[in-house]
Amino acid sequence: MLVKKITFKVNGKEVTIEVDIRESLLDVLRNKFHLTGVKKGCSVGECGACTVLIDNMAFDTCIYLAVWADGKEIRTIEGEAKDGKLSKVQQAFLDETAVQCGFCTPGFVMSTTEMLESGKNFSREQIKKELSGHMCRCTGYHNIMLAAEKALGREDKQAVQID
Amino acid sequence: MYDIAKYEEAGSVQEAIELLLVNPNAMLISGGSDVLIKLHEGKIHDAQLISIHGIAELKGIFLKEDGTIVIGSGASFSQVSKHPIVQQYIPVLGEAVDMVGGPQIRNIGSIGGNICNGVTSADSASTLFAFNAKLEIQGPDGVRYIPIADFYKGPGKVDLRHEEILTTILIAPEDYQGYSGHYIKYAMRNAMDIATLGCVVLCNVEGGKKIKDFRLALGVAAPIPMRCKGTEEQVKGRIFTEALLEEVGKMAIEEVNPRTSWRASKEFRIQLIQELSKRAFRQAFINAGGEL
Repeated sequence: MLVKKITFKVNGKEVTIEVDIRESLLDVLRNKFHLTGVKKGCSVGECGACTVLIDNMAFDTCIYLAVWADGKEIRTIEGEAKDGKLSKVQQAFLDETAVQCGFCTPGFVMSTTEMLESGKNFSREQIKKELSGHMCRCTGYHNIMLAAEKALGREDKQAVQID
Repeated sequence: MYDIAKYEEAGSVQEAIELLLVNPNAMLISGGSDVLIKLHEGKIHDAQLISIHGIAELKGIFLKEDGTIVIGSGASFSQVSKHPIVQQYIPVLGEAVDMVGGPQIRNIGSIGGNICNGVTSADSASTLFAFNAKLEIQGPDGVRYIPIADFYKGPGKVDLRHEEILTTILIAPEDYQGYSGHYIKYAMRNAMDIATLGCVVLCNVEGGKKIKDFRLALGVAAPIPMRCKGTEEQVKGRIFTEALLEEVGKMAIEEVNPRTSWRASKEFRIQLIQELSKRAFRQAFINAGGEL
């Protein structure tokens, strides 16, 4: 088998497409669906820039074969704003100026979205752990933490110094 | 694009074995967080992959009637660490696999792949050594069982024939009931790093003081994960004291054989083994209801 026809949902829309078995989901999302908010960073699952939600869990799409997406529900940053209104997480990143060059931002937003939708409460340490699969090379982690805490309803803790 | 020459999807373990039988060059892919990275780095060319990624029968985690804990080899690290059975009966395994890579890697990487790679640094391996885990391996001739300690043959080498598949990991009730433990991963970073050293202690404590049973397992202390059996024998039946703690650290370093690598020198690893054995012992003792 060199190509496979797969059907999956991307940002709420069901699509059927023939994918090359050698392609990563990252390549398919970027090149076939033009979802360029899914960033190609390290290609080896270390930087988290290519993170999307697959069935509402965060995955690095660079090390995920496209054929595995068959039957799955995929969410990328492009689908997060609804009717021109940013999602709660996106708005928090904007409010806290948690964006510098922007390359890591979509991934951070998707992982924070997974946390928000889990309905759980997260301590500062837990947030750090949950976001540890993302790298920001502008070293903007301070504001990213503030944004994540705001989105997750921990505004009260914002005065605490991040070590 | 990945350098994949052939790709087949197995719908069941049986089908995967049949596909392996007819293609001596085929290799299995489960989560892909090792295979795809090796492909990306050019360490594998023209890969002929058999995907066991979607096989549901490999992902289950459950308790058998006799109390044996069964973990499917295809279960992801997150599925293991978040599973109620793991959290209730063997939380230390959940804690260990929750230190692999980062969250996205833990969502895709499988515990079976972690073992079948045969690397000494695997976060799951040392803890499974401590639990005397048995592996269920399925092949064309049926099923066989092997203790995890016998499965590791050397760095990157495991006792798995080409046409065989590791299907489940089993932990018997006598190996976990009454035990509590603690795992320490020593690495340069708190996330997205490989263990410089991994150390786990399991303890069974009687009356708050007496160590009824003691198990010490290490990763990266030798070419393959290992138990410090000599140290264990010396500790069993003893009363916990600070002096015993010191003894454990000193005895453990007599049993190990770490190497110098770019991550750390042999000398540093020996120092880590001595110190982490003590720390893991102390915490495992407390977790097992011991009174300091």
